[in-house]
Amino acid sequence: MSLKYDNDSDFHAKLIADVLSQYPGKAAKRRSKHLSVATSEKDAGEDPNAISECEVKSNIKSVPGVMTIRGCAYAGSKGVVWGPIKDMVHISHGPVGCGQYSWSQRRNYYVGLTGIDTFVTMQFTSDFQEKDIVFGGDKKLEKVIDEIAELFPLSNGISLQSECPIGLIGDDIEAVARKKAKEHTTTVVPVRCEGFRGVSQSLGHHIANDAIRDWVFDKKDLKFEPGPYDVNVIGDYNIGGDAWASRILLEEIGLRVVGNWSGDATLAEVERAPRATLNLIHCYRSMNYISRHMEEKYAIPWMEYNFFGPFQIEASLRNIAKHFGPEIEDRTEKVIAKYRPFVSAVVDKYWPRLSGKRVMLYIGGLRPRHVITAYEDLGMEIVGTGYEFGHGDDYQRTGHYVKEGTLIYDDVTSYELEKFIEGIRPDLVGSGIKEKYPVQKMGIPFRQMHSWDYSGPYHGYDGFSIFARDMDMAINNPVWGLYDAPWKNDRASAGGSSMRT
Amino acid sequence: MPQSAEKALDHAPLFCEPEYRQMLAEKKLNFECPHPDQVVSDQREFTQTWEYREKNLGRQALVVNPAKACQPLGAVFAAAGFERTISFVHGSQGCVAYYRSHLSRHFKEPSSVVSSSMTEDAAVFGGLKNMVDGLANTYKLYSPKMIAVSTTCMAEVIGDDLHGFIENAKSEGSVPRDFDVPFAHTPAFVGSHVDGYDSMVKGVLENFWKDAARKEATASINIIPGFDGFCVGNNRELKRLLDLMQVTYMFIQDASDQFDTPSDGKFRMYDGGTSINDVKAALNAEWTLSLQYYNTRKTLDYCRDVGQAATSFHYPLGVEATDEFLMVISEISSREIPEAIRLERGRLIDAMADSQAWLYGKKYAIYGDPDFVYAMARFIMETGGEPTHCLATNGTSAWEDEMKELLASSPFGKNAQVWPGKDLWALRSLLFTEPVDLLIGNSYGKYLERDTGTPLVRLMFPIFDRHHHHRFPLMGYQGGLRLLTAILDKIFDNLDRETMHAGVTDYSYDLTR
Repeated sequence: MSLKYDNDSDFHAKLIADVLSQYPGKAAKRRSKHLSVATSEKDAGEDPNAISECEVKSNIKSVPGVMTIRGCAYAGSKGVVWGPIKDMVHISHGPVGCGQYSWSQRRNYYVGLTGIDTFVTMQFTSDFQEKDIVFGGDKKLEKVIDEIAELFPLSNGISLQSECPIGLIGDDIEAVARKKAKEHTTTVVPVRCEGFRGVSQSLGHHIANDAIRDWVFDKKDLKFEPGPYDVNVIGDYNIGGDAWASRILLEEIGLRVVGNWSGDATLAEVERAPRATLNLIHCYRSMNYISRHMEEKYAIPWMEYNFFGPFQIEASLRNIAKHFGPEIEDRTEKVIAKYRPFVSAVVDKYWPRLSGKRVMLYIGGLRPRHVITAYEDLGMEIVGTGYEFGHGDDYQRTGHYVKEGTLIYDDVTSYELEKFIEGIRPDLVGSGIKEKYPVQKMGIPFRQMHSWDYSGPYHGYDGFSIFARDMDMAINNPVWGLYDAPWKNDRASAGGSSMRT
Repeated sequence: MPQSAEKALDHAPLFCEPEYRQMLAEKKLNFECPHPDQVVSDQREFTQTWEYREKNLGRQALVVNPAKACQPLGAVFAAAGFERTISFVHGSQGCVAYYRSHLSRHFKEPSSVVSSSMTEDAAVFGGLKNMVDGLANTYKLYSPKMIAVSTTCMAEVIGDDLHGFIENAKSEGSVPRDFDVPFAHTPAFVGSHVDGYDSMVKGVLENFWKDAARKEATASINIIPGFDGFCVGNNRELKRLLDLMQVTYMFIQDASDQFDTPSDGKFRMYDGGTSINDVKAALNAEWTLSLQYYNTRKTLDYCRDVGQAATSFHYPLGVEATDEFLMVISEISSREIPEAIRLERGRLIDAMADSQAWLYGKKYAIYGDPDFVYAMARFIMETGGEPTHCLATNGTSAWEDEMKELLASSPFGKNAQVWPGKDLWALRSLLFTEPVDLLIGNSYGKYLERDTGTPLVRLMFPIFDRHHHHRFPLMGYQGGLRLLTAILDKIFDNLDRETMHAGVTDYSYDLTR
């Protein structure tokens, strides 16, 4: 269903030149490496699947004093990877703020009794005070762990998510973890995800993955019978129930999902991962590290997939099925056939309202490319996209998705994004909470693409119709026609008019 | 398959469908390794006992669900109340992403803050270079009139000296020498967001006042509103009252327009706020009034140091607190309180009299910032309610003493308990063992509402799961009406829910109340 369209390369190149001209020289030089326009497939080099080439510098330090949208390593570890593991207590170790601001903000859906056997939407902190900075926090941390053991006895483990001061004052959280794990016969995982490490939340993902490798795998004698169709779903955080809408589909084609990482996951699901047959990785950026490790150490292959929109869902299902042979492949074709009428009904309903609408995206580390074809499934066109914390290989993969002339922006500053949006005036912007309100003030429809704007799920077939409905309700909302006061004529051409003639 | 093109079921109905119920049950059974149901329900019951409460309240190190944030958030909010001022937070950049998100989620508004984006190398060598480059970029890109610098815990632990760094940056031409760069050290491991507010407002005043000589005192009154998630409604309501009184006043730190910009096709990064000239002129005011004591302790001391008279309130909300505020204003401005305001007061009293029967004897748990809890408890007692649990995670022993004095002043405060330093997990135990009728606080209380069945009235910062509350005032008599209505609505909604079971409880499902 790949749409045929190109974007205006020259116009986009000029937009880039315009924003760069506003920076002081040194910053302009640094930022220029992060902004570009996708070139044609002819220039894409040896990659046969690429439809364009997106070459920008990425995963390097943000320029100080500009409004970067990025977070930190703690956000990557606690906020993304570890936080959703539901039967463990994740301690925000350090001052109160980091835990407070990340408390319940990612909509990692789960089923369980919160505070009893489940702890995702809670904020556990060692609430560092000045004396902890001066004398060190290890003693306090030991006590925190003892108190958790007493008050939350059904928690199946504890992770220690380090905030900035922990690394700076040199606390030995690894020693505390070893000591307390032994004392309480439980899993205690120290995670060195201090916010100053690395350049964005990305390093936090890597550190979190390493902590799983070093502190969870092969630590227990597991009683678990593996089966021939066992897969782990890796890098699905169950935002608004995404992992559930994916799981139901994977089960339908005959697979057994033994672990959901890490949305709605238990520690047991993570521990058993090395017994699975295949790792299916959705958020490549946050979890490729552990997938590579499992491939090396346990010889489990891994496969990327994309469950946004029917075009990619079908391709992904077929790819996955191929791994398991004819029986699963047959079932998969039946499942695809079963959903075809539903997909057509959704597309038929929304295509007339959405086709030709132009979208700009700016999200974390996977969706800037993965959602592109879901938009195209509805006839929409992607004008620009970029990553908060993507790496070179993410941009390389982006080349498989975007058309020539697409504006590409890495670690975009709010200034640049605002100017790009003003220049392009797309029909929809998909980005995060910090971008939502400035864009809406400009009169441009917006959807939060980290949290699905409190909607969702967006994964799988069940998610696709919600996605389509949400884009329609954003773009075709009557409110955008009300921005101009009828007695003011200076923007008359831009707004809608309800005047009867 | 439950989903259809005609009506997309999103998460709330979708996962109630039998296919999903079954899938989740099987996931739990086969893969989650759950504790046996009996063990879980025993533990659930245990958490509701006095025995658990004692352990829970006896905690010394662990903090669970605290009702406080860290200092820099307060500093960022404070800076948003000055004209064309951008906050520059010196430290690791992730913090700024958090402050911006937190404020945006509450106000449903943009929040523009920059960071010096310090990483490992800055941790080793200090963040001077980040400050020098950062200020230059901020100045050029966002054309501010003022850059308000605060710190994160990272910068504080490594000991970066803001004053020296800013001077260095000015010497290197990052910003012009005479450009205003007030600053405040706001370590996250000291105090909470209310202290950060205090430090930043003081930092701004010092920036403009320290080398200026105070001229003859003017009749204008400085008003510092304090950290307030309801600043949009409150500040405008206060201005309306002060205008009615024909008082000359100056808000020092007013974020009401910044967090309430209109949608008309243009994004305004800056809107409203106290102008720099006004801050300078405010030095000459005879009086500075703070609307929240715990937010402005250092600032008010400083105001007194420069020769101003200063006093503070505890978030003037309810009848007597508003009376007191207006009378102080009247006294120091020598302006009469006009008849129009007396009538407004009478209308609030009228409303309270009409609804008294529904409020009398109701028990409340109130949590939040110290000044808010104080004010709320005072108002509740005015309605004949009993503030049974008063909790402030960032409350001190001085606050505890003040609260006890307030509660002792009324028979309705007789059975009240004050909980400084405790968190919302402690409050959960309190609500199970000594239940109340209503809970008043911020959105985080929804977990307490779920666990303990205590209806929550959202009246504190932050409110994430309801829209537009902050646009309406809580202060003044109009604010009192809003408070009263919010509480009554909750009581009536709850009563309806309990009595609506057809043929069972609906004898009390009354039309007229």
